[in-house]
Amino acid sequence: MAKRLARNNRAICVACGSCVKVCPRKAISIYRGIYACVDESKCIGCGLCVKECPASIIAIDKLEVGA
Amino acid sequence: MKKPWYDYLWLVSALYLILGFFNILFAWLGMICFITPLVISATKGTKSYCNKYCGRGQLFLMLGKRFRLSRNRPMPRWMTSKWFRYGFLTFFMIMFAQMIFTTVLVFKDTRGLSETVKLLWIFKVPWKWAYRIRTVPEWISQFAFGFYSVMLTSTILGLIIMILFKPRSWCVYCPMGTMTHLLCQARLTKYEQN
Repeated sequence: MAKRLARNNRAICVACGSCVKVCPRKAISIYRGIYACVDESKCIGCGLCVKECPASIIAIDKLEVGA
Repeated sequence: MKKPWYDYLWLVSALYLILGFFNILFAWLGMICFITPLVISATKGTKSYCNKYCGRGQLFLMLGKRFRLSRNRPMPRWMTSKWFRYGFLTFFMIMFAQMIFTTVLVFKDTRGLSETVKLLWIFKVPWKWAYRIRTVPEWISQFAFGFYSVMLTSTILGLIIMILFKPRSWCVYCPMGTMTHLLCQARLTKYEQN
């Protein structure tokens, strides 16, 4: 089974917090004002943050879980 | 769910821009938007100003998202690069220094007060009507004209970028955001060393 997860490019993330505001699961936090961090256990891969990110650096990844 | 108080700070940003049309001395209030984020980042090591309290970001988000003024397209890659971000910060700081220099010249009486607002660093727009209180030293008014020019110019740029790309595209290369980001990075390095 594949789990959909949001992943951001931390190297260019400006930590503006747009994704944090829009996340319905409160799965995103800003790490020390440097980049956004996605909590994989909470993320449902809805993609709202992907649409919101002003730098368009969040993508939805498919992660294989279980056998 | 009730909105927190800071979600209404877009009102303050809008009010600030309006006040500058009536009395230029209100421009000095903009110093709050310059000092607060730097103090927060330097003392707490967070970007909570950008994340929660920035009225300008909220204004762009509202206009772009709720009023659907944004095309909602991704920004070109080069605009999200670090080079562009730091380059814009450098350019912005040079322009800011030039504004301070003009203020100093007026303070020294080497040059007269210019009752204009310079938009996009090029266009001098007469702004005489907002010069109401003439009893204060001229350099105070000169700084107000210069500072309001900075604020209005960055708002115009932010609005253009908001329409062309995503609502909060300005945040990607906002000079204040870049500065607070650098401060947070410096604090993290210090934190990791300890």
